[in-house]
Amino acid sequence: MTTDFDKKNKQGVTVEEQQQSLGLSRRNLLKGAGIVGAAAVSSTAASTVIAQDGSSSMLANKAIMAREALEVLTAAEAETLEAFCDCLIPSDENGPGAKEARAVHYIDRSLASHNSGSRHNYMVGLSALNDYCNKTRNKQFSRLSKDLQNSILQAVQANKIEGFAPSAVDFFNMVRSHTIDGTFCDPYYGGNQNFVGWDMVRYPGIRLGASETDVAKGALLQPNHQSAYDHSTYTKIASNIDTKTGTTKGSDHA
Amino acid sequence: MPKTLAKTDVVIVGMGAAGGVAALPLTNAGLKVIGLEAGGWLSPRDFAPDELRNSSRNWPQSAQKAATEAPTVRATAEDRANQGGHPMMNAVGGTTMHYWAQSWRLNPWDFNVVSATKERYGGDRLPAGTTVEDWPISYDDLEPYYEKVEVTVGISGQAGNVQGRINKHGNIFEGERKSEYPMAALRSSPFTDMMSAAALKLDWNPFQGPAAITTELYDGRAPCQYHGFCNKGGCHVQAKSSTAVTSIPKAIDTGNLEVVTFARVTNIVTDNNGKVTGVDYIKGNETFFQPADVVLLASYAYENVRLLQLSKSRAFPNGLANNAGQVGRHYLTHHQGSPVLALFPTDLHNWYGLPAQGVAIDEWADDNFDHSDLDFIGGANLWVHTDRKPMSAAKMSTFGEVRSWGSDWKAFIMKNADRTNYAYIQKTTLPYENNYLDLDPVVKDLLGFPVTRITARYGDNEKRITAFSQEKMEQWYLEAGAIKVVKSPPGNAMGASTHAYGGSRMGDNSETNVVDRWGFAHEAPNLGILGASVMGTSGARNPTLTVQALSWRTAEYLANNWRSIVG
Repeated sequence: MTTDFDKKNKQGVTVEEQQQSLGLSRRNLLKGAGIVGAAAVSSTAASTVIAQDGSSSMLANKAIMAREALEVLTAAEAETLEAFCDCLIPSDENGPGAKEARAVHYIDRSLASHNSGSRHNYMVGLSALNDYCNKTRNKQFSRLSKDLQNSILQAVQANKIEGFAPSAVDFFNMVRSHTIDGTFCDPYYGGNQNFVGWDMVRYPGIRLGASETDVAKGALLQPNHQSAYDHSTYTKIASNIDTKTGTTKGSDHA
Repeated sequence: MPKTLAKTDVVIVGMGAAGGVAALPLTNAGLKVIGLEAGGWLSPRDFAPDELRNSSRNWPQSAQKAATEAPTVRATAEDRANQGGHPMMNAVGGTTMHYWAQSWRLNPWDFNVVSATKERYGGDRLPAGTTVEDWPISYDDLEPYYEKVEVTVGISGQAGNVQGRINKHGNIFEGERKSEYPMAALRSSPFTDMMSAAALKLDWNPFQGPAAITTELYDGRAPCQYHGFCNKGGCHVQAKSSTAVTSIPKAIDTGNLEVVTFARVTNIVTDNNGKVTGVDYIKGNETFFQPADVVLLASYAYENVRLLQLSKSRAFPNGLANNAGQVGRHYLTHHQGSPVLALFPTDLHNWYGLPAQGVAIDEWADDNFDHSDLDFIGGANLWVHTDRKPMSAAKMSTFGEVRSWGSDWKAFIMKNADRTNYAYIQKTTLPYENNYLDLDPVVKDLLGFPVTRITARYGDNEKRITAFSQEKMEQWYLEAGAIKVVKSPPGNAMGASTHAYGGSRMGDNSETNVVDRWGFAHEAPNLGILGASVMGTSGARNPTLTVQALSWRTAEYLANNWRSIVG
């Protein structure tokens, strides 16, 4: 595929024209090769990512993810960020991590909405991280071994690498914070997929009431795996429900 | 030119904790009241149990008027002032919609710090630079109003002193109450039981704190379900006794209150004699002038002060009621940063707790202990509470045991997410000469008006209370079995806070105070001011119930003295 792209580009055809003529986006092409979801990558790395995406949890969610866009991040940025998040909250012998929670999917969506002000810092920071890895290791961050990734992120956290906005440690802290958000938030926001984050910290889930018996059980209380928005009263569709409240006495209460 | 509306008896600026209470005695007395509110009505459908939206993204405050006029902050006049966030929200009910709802009375000492300190320790114990004065009223003067509010809005709690009868299950240091709380306190939890047991071993007197939260069917509202999303969230069953579900609907039922939502008040209008004639406000794209015999200013402390400072006129060239130069002075925020963190060896079962479900120690607050050999006055109420959510749990301190990410970190939070607790500790905070609010010379709000500039820092007295109270807190946690305790350093600059006081202080001396003992401006007697901006001391506990008791008292005084105030 890369070779075809390069040839056509040399013939003076833009990537967009080329995709139109093929009826395909680059992501569709990758998807055709078995690559889906937030881990989509540049075509040069297709084989690596096919291997990464072969995990069972990713396959289980394939149907959902196949229809999901990267709303803000480029495919290459998402690939770098995926590796970053996997260092922060790893999938390891203690179970799933940021990857299974789909923290990158959460972050991508949040950059289109609440966190849009951070888009620039992601662009600069992920690029700076790869520049450093290319310069010192001749590889992009995501291609490095986990040990090497971890030691580079330690250097980022220690503010020892240049080129970040506003600084390496600020970038690290922002990604850490957003990764935790994406792993432990309500699944409505695109992270905490299958409640892996809540199960990780043994949070038994949102309840509209908790009895003394529930509280006494603590972590032994059966997780209910519900989003706040599984309760219809909090959804848009509930707008015709009469909530019969004191506040309805207001003159312009909806 | 603003469109002039029909005159009303009283206009209240702000339908929150203060204005929402004041409306009731006024309308009950037959006065016609218009309540101008910058926000709108919210319903239980708005209060989803969603940590990301509520706590992290500040949904209840987003796109609100307050958020567009957040104060700038600097520690001293030499520093650059930076704009931060605004901690309050605009809505009918104001911040009582999404606050933690702890509803304390101040202790008697908080009303007469100056004279009580002089009497017990001699004359030179007040910290240098403080402008603290005794309040013009005592705890006993306010007691009947505390009770009226507790019954009307619905406060749960355990009394410690009813007509001199001491009950050790309540606060034995509290001022004498005429009656019990209208509802029993929120239930205890495995964690608060553990902390109470530890306190008893230390010979301290633990008790469940008072809350504006129902614990039984009260006035048609359901009891608390303990689901635990009080923090920056409204109540899904209306168990939180916000003014939006208590006093405001009652006032509307009289037929004498009209609430105007999404109304931004920009100016309090005065005539050439210095008499207040009404307020200008913007709703949508229109500007209105609402004439009134009396204006009650009841927005939050920052906006109360800013509106006075912005309302310049021939009679008040430096801002309304500011010819003595006292508007913006005697400002303080509660020192309640510098928490103490604890790590326990077992799960605490706090996933469904709420911030008002806690246990308090008052031994080290106010003047409840001997300060003869100490280098400060005042103290701190120690308070531990339940309340835990997964995102904030995952962001917990690692107590230096592991770095803040990676497999070791993951194993750490998997084990310890429900094993930490923190105490933020509310401390006596005093007003100082160099701490004040004025208009920022640079930063403007969306309408082009200057925002408030905070110039304030904590004094040595506050820092000494911090060190002292942190040691007591550490002692308590260790007695309860904590295996690690971390004490955070005291704060410096007083940032914008949910516990902001002063700026239009109450006092008999018109040279050092803006309002008189009834809450009306010395310089503009038909202007009343409601809210913690009239309070001269903080005490060591949450301000809202005191704010509400003062508001009821001012409103009742207005209704009873209508002719003399209107003039």
